[in-house]
Amino acid sequence: MNTTIETIFKLLAIFTIVILLGFLVKAATSGSHHGVPLQKADINIGNKASLQRGYKYATNYCLGCHAASYSRYNRIGRDLGITEKQLTDNLIFTSNIRGEQSKPGDLMKVAMTKTYAKEAFGTVPPDLSLLTRSRGVDWIYTYLKSFYKDDSRPFGVNNLAFPDVGMPHVLWDLQGWQEKHVHAEDDGHGNKHETVSLELSEPGSKTPAEYDQVVRDITNFMAYLAEPVQQQRKTLGFFVMLFLVVFFVAAYFLKKEYWKDIH
Amino acid sequence: MSASTNVDQAARGHEEVDKSKRRFLIGATTVVGAVGTVALLVPFVSSMAPSERAKAAGAPVEADIGKLEFGQQMSIEYRGKPVWVVRRTEEMLNILKETEEGLKDPRSDVLSQQPQYAKNVHRSIKPEYLIVVGICTHLGCSPTYRPELAPADLGAEWKGGWYCPCHGSRFDMSGRVTSSSPAGTNLVIPAYSYLSDSRILIGVDQENA
Amino acid sequence: MKNLMAWIDARFPLTKMWEDHLSKYYAPKNFNFWYYFGSLALLVLVLQIVTGVFLTMHYKPDAGMAFASVEYIMRDVNWGWLIRYMHATGASAFFIVVYLHMFRGLIYGSYKNPRELIWIFGMMIYLALMAEAFMGYLLPWGQMSYWGAQVIVNLFGAIPGFGPELAVWIRGDFVVSDATLNRFFAFHVVAVPLVLIGLIVAHILALHEVGSNNPDGVDIKKDKDENGIPVDGIPFHPYYSVKDIVGVVVFLMFFFAVIFFAPEMGGYFLEHANFIPADPLKTPEHIAPVWYFTPFYTVLRAVPNPFGGVIAMGAAVVILFFLPWIDRNPIRSWRYRGFLHKYNILFFVVAFIWLGFLGVQAVTPLFAELGLRFTEVYFLFFIVMWFYNKPRSAVFSFTVFATLIALLLFIDSIRFSALSTEGKDYITTAFLIPAVYLFLTILGPVFASGLTEEKPVPARVTH
Repeated sequence: MNTTIETIFKLLAIFTIVILLGFLVKAATSGSHHGVPLQKADINIGNKASLQRGYKYATNYCLGCHAASYSRYNRIGRDLGITEKQLTDNLIFTSNIRGEQSKPGDLMKVAMTKTYAKEAFGTVPPDLSLLTRSRGVDWIYTYLKSFYKDDSRPFGVNNLAFPDVGMPHVLWDLQGWQEKHVHAEDDGHGNKHETVSLELSEPGSKTPAEYDQVVRDITNFMAYLAEPVQQQRKTLGFFVMLFLVVFFVAAYFLKKEYWKDIH
Repeated sequence: MSASTNVDQAARGHEEVDKSKRRFLIGATTVVGAVGTVALLVPFVSSMAPSERAKAAGAPVEADIGKLEFGQQMSIEYRGKPVWVVRRTEEMLNILKETEEGLKDPRSDVLSQQPQYAKNVHRSIKPEYLIVVGICTHLGCSPTYRPELAPADLGAEWKGGWYCPCHGSRFDMSGRVTSSSPAGTNLVIPAYSYLSDSRILIGVDQENA
Repeated sequence: MKNLMAWIDARFPLTKMWEDHLSKYYAPKNFNFWYYFGSLALLVLVLQIVTGVFLTMHYKPDAGMAFASVEYIMRDVNWGWLIRYMHATGASAFFIVVYLHMFRGLIYGSYKNPRELIWIFGMMIYLALMAEAFMGYLLPWGQMSYWGAQVIVNLFGAIPGFGPELAVWIRGDFVVSDATLNRFFAFHVVAVPLVLIGLIVAHILALHEVGSNNPDGVDIKKDKDENGIPVDGIPFHPYYSVKDIVGVVVFLMFFFAVIFFAPEMGGYFLEHANFIPADPLKTPEHIAPVWYFTPFYTVLRAVPNPFGGVIAMGAAVVILFFLPWIDRNPIRSWRYRGFLHKYNILFFVVAFIWLGFLGVQAVTPLFAELGLRFTEVYFLFFIVMWFYNKPRSAVFSFTVFATLIALLLFIDSIRFSALSTEGKDYITTAFLIPAVYLFLTILGPVFASGLTEEKPVPARVTH
């Protein structure tokens, strides 16, 4: 009798642990869906052409207001295959305090002063260098695609990923203008829920598919900018792991040999 | 049975094989470990070398020498040091050609003090312009520019050049050091090149420009 | 060479130290997987110090320059990115290794007589490590660095009476600022590492004085051969030095895999919010400490009163110091302690992991309820462990059970009114967590004495 009760208790005990662990796994893996569902950026940091295009767009559309003040022009040049002359001739639009053009080795500061930024935009546009590491690649991608017309805002636009954002829709000439549509749906059981979608009301110079690629290129470049060394990091990592496997084999056999002594 | 006798008996049982196998395995592991250790040291040692910021700050500097008048000296900062550009007169150049005694290294034989294209009497690419590092080769003070001939404080023999106030070293209009000076070598000529007649690039040799 | 050694040995106990601590330190021959983590902790310490020194060559402990100097290291210093990743991953690795090392102590009774002092030194190392990690985390001066420090230093302000002045004194300012950064830098780089090293030396000396425990909890010094060497002992060098090298290589595989392929570890090793420079005017949505502090953070949050929370959090750490005196059962290893002891420890581990998980989540009514329940289990673990130290009568068991349940109900009654409507939904079901735990551990042995049946401890070590 005692052993049956004992078994019951043991099973119950094991059950409680399993249940608790199960719920933990469930809680940990159900990502919280607060905020806007994010679209996949699907970038490839190894694609140099995409990075070059992204850098071009960033220079033309972003770096006039946003600094990338931890990055140097010449590092981008070296990694993306752009010469210092090409940088100086086409991609450097900042200067030092004496009005001399910034050199390729300089940090990528921004020409717009903080004072002007605060007056014009209410806030200083954030530095771009690390945005994909703090916001995430998919967020940046979604953000750049989610501007829509909103007359209640100072610049006439709002953004689904960043409500009441202070940034104008810089890429409007490429994307065109989107409008927000709210569909109220009834699932038939008396539960109403809203879906929000954005629809293009005025086309820009790019088709939606082309615009997606533009945004992908910009996001790709920003992902590179956040950690320029990442490609080399992964390659080196492969060799380090290989070395450790070799080291493991040597160390393991050494251990086994010595431990033959022990019984 | 004790652990030690356990260990010893086992070892004694196949002593020959064990010892050489052990030595091999110890050797192999040590070699792999040493390779790993050296590989691990490389990043740390390398991290102490000049960073991108230091390299950018030490980048070659362009200078506009077009407005320099005869006998005038301008100063440009390169790698934290003053680099002087002097536009020499015909008279100064003639004096240089005539003078070889009283100098420690009149022919610039100490090769470390100038690039190969400055191993001549005017110690420069073009005779008219001298580009020289303005730091005394004795103990690092900055000499004073004294282009005038025979001033009262420097004596009748003074033919123009630089005088270092710290310990009295004297250099001629090519930066060559006099025999009586405490300094042992001529003033350093940095690498430089001409981008045009009026623009020089300090820090980059002519071939690499 | 022999002459050189003789010259040195006449003036410094070099050979003696080598023998006492390595070539003639006899450790039990049955060390298993759980015994790698001591030497690994030492390895991580060395890694942190070496990478730390090289980071200090480039880092600027000034509020205006700190964040930029870290990016300077990541981008402009040759191999700076590798050194930085090694240091950040090393910090998390240190805690993983130390938690596993402590777990070994828990399951094999390494804290029991005569090793109480080793355990106490170890707990002091744990505290010093937490201080070191906390202060190190402020240095990158990111949003999480800043606000995490702000929250924790404010906790000191919750102490009644002198709390607010104490907080100002710690910060050197009225809010976390440059003054705080600079002094945390001094502590992190100089003071605490020195304290850590001293404590680790003491920890190892205390260990070697008494000799290592083993998975069976058998005292190997009881059985010595004619030379005075324990029959189940083997010299640490070469056997465990050679074995520990294998452990080191395996560890490095995991360590470098993270560094080279996933240095952020999903935002747990390098938090996303910390890539934004500290902004005293903008609080992030979600302030959470780094993962290794989260269990204690949950305990802190489980008590609504700020000072109460601080006390609870402190108690959660301090109670571990007393383990040797809470668990007085003479059997060391859980292998011979019976089913209930194993279950109790595993339940504790699950509770600890839950506490950790909850600490990174935003507070919802459900998570808040679970946080409290697992905090209750955490503290009950020690009471339960004391309880089944020895066989207890049925009367005593029912009394203790009833008292603890009453205590839980009392706590619930106090907090019930302050709960949200959603919270009130959870309270009864969640009550099952500590209640079932107590039922199984306190009352279980009354119904099934086999649950606490101990096995005979062998005279010699097994594998």
